[in-house]
Amino acid sequence: MKAIVTVIGKDRIGIIAQVSDILAKNMVNILDISQTILQENFTMIMLVDLSKMKISFSELSKKLDEKGKTLGLQIKVQRDEIFKAMHQV
Amino acid sequence: MINPREIIETIHMIESENFDIRTITMGISLKDCADPDSKSARRKIYDKISFYAENLVKVGEDISIEYGIPIINKRISVTPISIIAESSDDEDYVAYAQTLDKAAHSLGVNFIGGFSALVQKGYTKGDIRLIASIPESLALTERVCASVNIATTKAGINMDAVEHMGRIIKETSQLTKDRDSIGCAKLVVFANAVEDNPFMAGAFHGLGEPECVINVGISGPGVIMAAIEKEKGADFDTLAETIKKTAFKITRLGQLVAVEASQRLNVPFGIVDLSLAPTPTIGDSVARILEEMGLESCGAPGTIAALALLNDAVKKGGIMASSHVGGLSGSFIPVSEDEGMMEAVKKGSLTIDKLEAMTCICSVGLDMIAIPGDTTAETISAIISDEAAIGVMNNKTTAVRIIPVCGKDVGETAEFGGLLGKAPIMPVSKFSSSEFIRRGGRIPAPINSLRN
Repeated sequence: MKAIVTVIGKDRIGIIAQVSDILAKNMVNILDISQTILQENFTMIMLVDLSKMKISFSELSKKLDEKGKTLGLQIKVQRDEIFKAMHQV
Repeated sequence: MINPREIIETIHMIESENFDIRTITMGISLKDCADPDSKSARRKIYDKISFYAENLVKVGEDISIEYGIPIINKRISVTPISIIAESSDDEDYVAYAQTLDKAAHSLGVNFIGGFSALVQKGYTKGDIRLIASIPESLALTERVCASVNIATTKAGINMDAVEHMGRIIKETSQLTKDRDSIGCAKLVVFANAVEDNPFMAGAFHGLGEPECVINVGISGPGVIMAAIEKEKGADFDTLAETIKKTAFKITRLGQLVAVEASQRLNVPFGIVDLSLAPTPTIGDSVARILEEMGLESCGAPGTIAALALLNDAVKKGGIMASSHVGGLSGSFIPVSEDEGMMEAVKKGSLTIDKLEAMTCICSVGLDMIAIPGDTTAETISAIISDEAAIGVMNNKTTAVRIIPVCGKDVGETAEFGGLLGKAPIMPVSKFSSSEFIRRGGRIPAPINSLRN
C-alpha cells in the first residue's frame, strides 16, 4: 500500500530528518520526496510505501500528527488513491 | 508522483472547505423477518441488522483515517416496516420502532430509516397501523426516522393519506412539544420516493433492492462555493463549467469511498447520491452559493435560475465520476440545516412560497421548515398536496418535512441541535384549505404517466 505524507507550515531546520525518523523506525519506505512553497506555505510531500510497516495505519497517522503538533506544522498521511481518484481519469 | 498542487488542492478542500462524505448508508432487507409472532419478528429484525451492520461504523472510521476524509454519518435503512410488521397481529408498531432504535444505539449509527409505509394508491392493514404509530414512535425513540409515500406519477395522489398525514404531523408535534416538536424533523412525506436514498430522514430500503447494499451520499457546498468565488464576474457558461469540474472531483471521492466500504463490508455497492447537502456550519451552505452567483440574498428574483444551473451542473459533473448514480441526486434546500437559508429567512428574502417554487427544479422539497404551532392539520395537508402535485406532474421526487413548533410563532426560533440545526418559524397562509382537504379520494395519475 502506498500513501502520501504531507507536511505543511512554516519552514524550519530538521523537518525532513524528524519525519523520516518516524517513518524509518516503523519500516515505512520513502519512495519519492519533493518540497516547494505553495500558497505561501512550506510544503513537503513524500510518497511512501507501507507494505513493510510495523504499526497500523491509524498509529502512524497519530504519531505524525503528534510530531506535527510539537513542530507547529500540519503533518498528514493519506492513502494515495484519494488523490488519484480525484485528479486522474 | 502525483502533482503537488493537486495534492494540496484535495487537502485544502477537506481542511478549509468542509468537504466530506456525508453518509455511508447500509440498506438491509428485512423481508425474511416477517413473523406472525411479533416478538419473534422483532428479534429477527434486531439480529439481522446487528449481523450485517456490525462493522459498519468501524469500517467507516477506518476509511476516514486512511484516506484522510471525514465520513460524517454511518446509517442504516431497512425495508418499510409496514410490510414486515403486517404479518403480526400487533395493533400498533411502536415496539418495532423501539427495536430499530435499540439496534441503532448498539451499533453506534446515528439514524435508522425505514419506519415507513408506501400508500400512494391506498392502505393495507399494516400501513394504517404503522402510520398511526408514527407520533408515539418518534416521541419514544431517538434515532428512528419515518417516511410515508403518498403519491407517485404512476398512481396519482392519495388525498386520504395526504389528509391523514396532516393530522399525524400535528400529533407528532404535540407529543414532542418539550423538544421544539423535534419528532416532525424525523418524518418525511414523499411523492415519488426513491428506493435507494442514503439521506435521512427519508431513507428506506426499497423492495427491489438486494439483501444488503452500500449507498453513499456526498457533500460539498463549501467546495463548490470556493470554486465559484474564484470566478468573480464570469459568465454563466464559465460558472457551469467550473461547477461541473468541481462536482466531478468530489463525486470521484464518493465513488472511491463507496467501493472501498462495499469491499470491506463484503456487501454490494449500490449508488452514489450526487446531492449537495448543506450543514449549519458556516461555509457549507447551498444558499451562499446562489448568493455568490450575484444575488443579494437567497430568495431574491433569480434564485430559481441560479439553483437550476447549480443543480444541473452538479449532476453533469457527477454522473461521469460514478459508475452508479442514484438516490435523490439534487441540491438540498433544508432551511434549518443551511446557515445561509436561515439568514435569508430572517432577513425576509426567503419565504415558503419561494422555497416551494425552488422545489420544482431541485430535490427534495419543503425540507426542515418550522411553522407556527397553531397551523391547522388541513393547512399542513394542503401544503403536502401542493408539493406532491409538483412531484407527480414533473416526474420527480418531492417531499415535505415540516415542523409545526408547539407553542411557538413567527419571530421565534426552533432549536433541534446537531445536524438538524435550528429554524426560524416561517409564516404560512392564513387562508383555509379545509374543504379542499376534506374531499378525500385520489387525484388521478396525470396523462404524462401513460408512457407505454
